Amino acid sequence: MEILNKFLDKNGLIFAFLVVGVIVYGSGLISKKLTNHKIPGSAIAIIIGLLLAYLGGLYSGGQKGLADVPLFSGFGLMGGAMFRDFAVVSTALGASLLVMRSTGWIGALSLLLGTLLSFLGGVGVALLWGYTDAVSLTTLGAGACTYIVGPVTGAAIGASSEVIALSIAAGVVKTIVVTIGTPFIAKYIGLNNPHTAMIFGGLMGTTSGVTAGLAATDPKLVPYGALTATFYTGLGCLMCPSVLYLLMRMAF
Amino acid sequence: MIIYGVALLAFCYVVGQLVGEYLGLLIGVDANVGGVGFAMLLLVVLHDWLHKKGRLDLPTEDGIYFWNQMYIPIIVAMAAIQNVKLAVSSGLVVLLAGSVPVVVCLAVLPLLSRLSKPTSKRPYGNSE
Repeated sequence: MEILNKFLDKNGLIFAFLVVGVIVYGSGLISKKLTNHKIPGSAIAIIIGLLLAYLGGLYSGGQKGLADVPLFSGFGLMGGAMFRDFAVVSTALGASLLVMRSTGWIGALSLLLGTLLSFLGGVGVALLWGYTDAVSLTTLGAGACTYIVGPVTGAAIGASSEVIALSIAAGVVKTIVVTIGTPFIAKYIGLNNPHTAMIFGGLMGTTSGVTAGLAATDPKLVPYGALTATFYTGLGCLMCPSVLYLLMRMAF
Repeated sequence: MIIYGVALLAFCYVVGQLVGEYLGLLIGVDANVGGVGFAMLLLVVLHDWLHKKGRLDLPTEDGIYFWNQMYIPIIVAMAAIQNVKLAVSSGLVVLLAGSVPVVVCLAVLPLLSRLSKPTSKRPYGNSE
């Protein structure tokens, strides 16, 4: 057992490749046998991933899901920001510059609108829960943008650590909702072309959620959604602690 | 050589992410501003240019396609390291604050999409 643990500790990334391969294979089987291809295999694989993350979190009490279980520590590297961004960039190869250019202005508009609407949605919920100070409201609104914008904003305007923690949790919930929800609602909102995917990425913003959700819907759409979504966090970090915070201070 | 493709991808990644970092610093934001987006644009442009010049052979492109294909497995691994326990165990306020904005934004998506419908023929058919 000790030899096995030592071995897996040294070869975590490779072991993660093996485990993920098995998960993807199993998901393909489930998709074919149980759902008759109605639910894509990648969507099932991603949901299994989320389930494992929950179990990992329960088992270890940590914050990084499965990666906190020593046996699966390699998942932290394989699913971390470096490999994810590297792979996301590579998806650009299948993208058409023409479509990207033609969606340019509406992509920018959807970014702006997505940040504003998410912020206001978060603020609305916070108000319902009895928060009335501008700092807490702004931080929770920022958390509703993404789980990065929340803490960056909260730290910048001096929110309490409790509110910052809530804003991070709200962002995580958003990511999961987008990840699981996208393949199921894609049909109803016309999310079947690059043009809409770019608007979708700009409106939702959570890079992890958008890229995972689109991957489960139609991998061809990933580069378009990812392109706009990656600008969202920057815009959110720019607007929330400044313009939006000032507006909130005037209102409350 | 396959490494040429991987190196080309890495070049775009490094340049794009650095632009994002410095842009963040420049406008006083404590985050990478669109680094991945810049990297993607650079890759699209460079790939197009090299392709036109006939400097891309199959193995080189395979170096990029490999990572393209690894994308979904990496996303599965990413899903497995999310803090799902926090999301599940947090209170109703968090669940609502995280999901209400999604619903609101989804509601405006078809509107924006229709509003901006390009008049010219599109490379992807959009059957409605």
